[in-house]
Amino acid sequence: MTLAPETTDLRVRLRLTDGWFTACDLGTLFPGRGVAVLLPDGAQAALFRDRRGELYAIDNRDPFTGAAVLSRGLTGTHQGRPFVASPLLKQRFDLATGQCLDDESVRVTAYEVRATADVAG
Amino acid sequence: MSTDQTTIVLIGHGMVGQRFLEALAERGLTATHRVVVLCEEPRPAYDRVQLTSYFSGKTPDDLSMTDLAFIEEHGIELYVGDAAETVDRDARKVTARSGRVFDYDVLVLATGSYPFVPPVPGKDAAGCFVYRTIEDLLAIEEYAKTATTGAVVGGGLLGLEAAGALKGLGLTSHIVEFAPRLMPVQVDEGGGAALLRTIEDMGLSVHTGVGTQEIVVGPDGSVTGMKLSDGSELATDLVVFSAGVRPRDQLARDCGLAVGERGGIAVDEQCRTVTDPHVFAIGECALAADGRVYGLVAPGYEQAVTVAATLARDAAAFTGADLSTKLKLLGVDVASFGDAHGTAEDCLDVVYSDSRAGLYKKLVIGRDGTLLGGILVGDAEAYGTLKAFTGSVPPVPPESLVLPAGAGAPVQLGPSALPDDAVICSCHNVSKGTIRGAVTDHRCVTVPEVKKCTKAGTGCGSCVKVIGQLVTAELEASGVEVDKGLCGCFGQTREELYEIVLALRITSYQDLLDRYGREEARGGDGCEVCKPTVGSIIASLAPTIGASGYVLDGEQAALQDTNDHFLANLQKNGSYSVVPRIPGGEIAPEKLIVIGEIARDFRLYTKITGGQRIDMFGARVEQLPSIWARLVDAGFESGHAYGKSLRTVKSCVGQTWCRYGVQDSVRMAIDLELRYRGLRSPHKLKSAVSGCARECAEAQSKDFGVIATAAGWNLYVGGNGGATPRHADLLAQDLSDAELVRLIDRFLMFYIRTADRLERTSTWLERVPGGLDHVRDVVVHDSLGICDELEALMSAHVAGYRDEWAETIDDPEKLARFVSFVNAPDTPDPLVSFVPERDQIKPDLPLLSIGHRPLETLETLEGSAQR
Ligand code: SRM
Ligand SMILES: Cc1cc2nc3c(=O)[nH]c(=O)nc-3n(C[C@H](O)[C@H](O)[C@H](O)COP(=O)(O)OP(=O)(O)OC[C@H]3O[C@@H](n4cnc5c(N)ncnc54)[C@H](O)[C@@H]3O)c2cc1C
Ligand code: SF4
Ligand code: FES
Repeated sequence: MTLAPETTDLRVRLRLTDGWFTACDLGTLFPGRGVAVLLPDGAQAALFRDRRGELYAIDNRDPFTGAAVLSRGLTGTHQGRPFVASPLLKQRFDLATGQCLDDESVRVTAYEVRATADVAG
Repeated sequence: MSTDQTTIVLIGHGMVGQRFLEALAERGLTATHRVVVLCEEPRPAYDRVQLTSYFSGKTPDDLSMTDLAFIEEHGIELYVGDAAETVDRDARKVTARSGRVFDYDVLVLATGSYPFVPPVPGKDAAGCFVYRTIEDLLAIEEYAKTATTGAVVGGGLLGLEAAGALKGLGLTSHIVEFAPRLMPVQVDEGGGAALLRTIEDMGLSVHTGVGTQEIVVGPDGSVTGMKLSDGSELATDLVVFSAGVRPRDQLARDCGLAVGERGGIAVDEQCRTVTDPHVFAIGECALAADGRVYGLVAPGYEQAVTVAATLARDAAAFTGADLSTKLKLLGVDVASFGDAHGTAEDCLDVVYSDSRAGLYKKLVIGRDGTLLGGILVGDAEAYGTLKAFTGSVPPVPPESLVLPAGAGAPVQLGPSALPDDAVICSCHNVSKGTIRGAVTDHRCVTVPEVKKCTKAGTGCGSCVKVIGQLVTAELEASGVEVDKGLCGCFGQTREELYEIVLALRITSYQDLLDRYGREEARGGDGCEVCKPTVGSIIASLAPTIGASGYVLDGEQAALQDTNDHFLANLQKNGSYSVVPRIPGGEIAPEKLIVIGEIARDFRLYTKITGGQRIDMFGARVEQLPSIWARLVDAGFESGHAYGKSLRTVKSCVGQTWCRYGVQDSVRMAIDLELRYRGLRSPHKLKSAVSGCARECAEAQSKDFGVIATAAGWNLYVGGNGGATPRHADLLAQDLSDAELVRLIDRFLMFYIRTADRLERTSTWLERVPGGLDHVRDVVVHDSLGICDELEALMSAHVAGYRDEWAETIDDPEKLARFVSFVNAPDTPDPLVSFVPERDQIKPDLPLLSIGHRPLETLETLEGSAQR
């Protein structure tokens, strides 16, 4: 796969059950902050980019409160793993797996993400 | 339900029964056993200890100790309102009142006690009650509606509680006690006398040294009075018997289990009945191996845990328990611990008594100086510490622990001096070592966390204060075991980071993390604790260190909590609230109208806040720019309701209008609010200015409060509302306008420099070594020589202030962040929806619990949200 040199030409895509879904331009993602993505079935994903440029996406809905706010939480690194802390009651979720770090029994969906040039479809 | 499992049948679902179920679950026994519970009362286990709080507003639901989810999750079969009627020990069967029959392998009796009613004539008349269950209280409450006078038979612990409750119901209340003093079991004569005085002062009539001979009954069969042993007669409409309790051992007697001479099912150290290895007894119905029946909940809990452990084949024994108690009876502290009555040989008493103040404190000391026990009436502050020292020689003379402040220099002996095996929480038998372990090994940093981790403090609550002191002491025991670092990313405290940022003019979080963070955190993304903290430090120092003071600039944007990032307060459903600044609470009608129009046009819920301004709730993130465009246009600025920064400076109307006012408090409040607006600080800052000593603006509950005097202004600092209110301390008096502002500048900058993250001025003032005196030395007398610098920092802030909403409205790149979805910027979040309430709106919370609605309904939802 060839990557276009300009990041603005790259599009961020999430893997859904029926294929890759284009969310936005890579350039709109600000390191350390998330954005919310509306998925075709009405669900929402929270999409993040960390300081090294890695991309992550998990369900946007905070399972503890029901509100769709995880994209607005603060991100960080916990024991080498990326996480986001819910802005409502501060529970942390592993960005790569969706596992809640403060309650073993809770996990949110994690999506595969990649940034590719438009040709990659 | 499969019956090839071993079945445990529990009879009695009271406090101890419930604790037993929890202990079974903790040991995993609920997974391997069928557990059946017969509960006689119409409701599952509740907190009997707090029974009386029903009269101060607790509902039966509040008192419940049973989480039905717990019962369900552990597959426990709970039969509420069904008592066990017979036990057939040969067939190992229990038959319930409903006719249900249960086979058991293990039977546990936790049937509690029944109130003893002396066999006096008339005792069953209408108007006679006991005091044990919620049902009893409901009946008393109902009957009291038609009564004017009530009498309690028995002046013990429960009798006093019952008398207090009757008084609370509006009855003239009497207490009749046969012994010569109140609470004969817990306190001695001196303590009883102190208690008597206080209780009589409350308007209760106490009759000691007299017995009840007969309940006098009127023609309609209800109580009209009682005859006493001294020949007198007391007119009363209602009688509560509280003359002690007796173990409920009838069921055990009927099936041939051995009981004690004075009742109680005889058990061994494992709480197994001495008669039948398949049957156990715990709680108030049991006669423990040490020959006692315990009428307190803590020993019962210990017995419950002992049986669970025994069933799990772990070694455990209940050999006896401490009868220490601390109570607040009718608002009076009463505590007794250890050998309170001085029964040990050769022991000596140390007594401090002040009948006028209703104080009585006695310590029982052994020959070698060992603290053996004691009684405290009127002030039981020292209870936790003293009880934990019982059995050892305290490191200071014991009397210094009970003398009031001022008399012979009392020693502030904190619980840090206690040995690790000292029991801090008697309800759950938690030692100091366990509590310290929760802090050091389990990283608990707050009392609630320690409570959750150890169960300490979750019973009667009397130990919570000591737990708090231990947690603090443990966290403060610097360096050694406890890491004082801000978080997992930084080993420095907030204060140290502030100094680094200021000295080295560091304007980037990543730079600070990569150079000064913990080794393992460098190069990473930090965490939700240090990012906003460092963001705040950089923002407070921005003009001085050459950073942009605008919180959404560059990297700063990624450091802010969601509230600061969207310059609004996040609400439970993901919507935001909008609070424009209204300095001093003064607002011209035009501006009021603008707020009204905006709230109407965007359909926002409006409310006058406790901070003298107006909050508009229910704005969706993508609406914030248009709402603020209109507010900014009308001359409003951000109110920073979202920031750890200056909130409001409240004012009273003052000299301009008020007949008492001596200065223009409104003008001063506006000046102060405009001066300090936008100042980022470790926690929020609040202020108020009152026009005279009547203090209508409540300045003494503020971080910095100002009260007008004939000669100028008095400045108070360190006040706080919230969960732990604190009255502000007077810092300086009769200041001119300029002196006032200069002092506040210094005070705030000194606080911002040295406080911890999320430490209000009140806690900071109490934590800094030297407290108020030190702070006064620094900011009034310039003892550290830093006042010029503090003032310069503040002038830089004031000069550099810009309204962040105005700045955001003018910046299309920043505005682009205020969208619901990156791929559908104008589609409202379907979870943010509202329903009507009292002519306004409120969040549609059921929607949050069902998750998103299927796509088909999205269209209609959007429509309704926009209308
Ligand atoms: C809106 C308001 C209640 C109201 O309807 O009146 C309010 C609402 C909130 N208060 Fe408050 N407080 C409000 C006045 C107060 C007051 C009264 C006052 O300011 O005179 C107090 C007691 C005074 C004090 O702070 O010392 C108060 C003590 C608290 C506390 C406890 C602080 C403490 O030190 O213990 C918190 C929790 C915290 O900040 O950590 C809190 C936190 C909150 C938060 C921010 C909770 C949260 O994180 O979501 C609420 C958010 C409001 C929002 O979303 O807009 N609020 N809060 C008041 C806004 C005042 C304003 O105009 O800015
Ligand atoms: C007003 C009041 C204040 C108190 N204050 C304190 C205090 O400050 N500190 C303290 O330590 N203690 C206090 N106590 C005592 C404390 O409540 C008891 O020690 C504790 O409740 C004992 O628990 P238990 O489970 O043994 O008995 P209970 O809580 O009485 O429970 C026994 C249960 O068994 C049920 N039962 C009985 N027989 C049967 C049967 N055959 N079949 C089915 N169910 C049956 C009963 O209905 C009852 O619900 C107070 C008590 C009262 C009434
Ligand atoms: S504090 Fe004094 S000046 Fe202000 S309104 Fe109250 S009485 Fe009047
Ligand atoms: S002593 Fe009762 S809760 Fe700790």
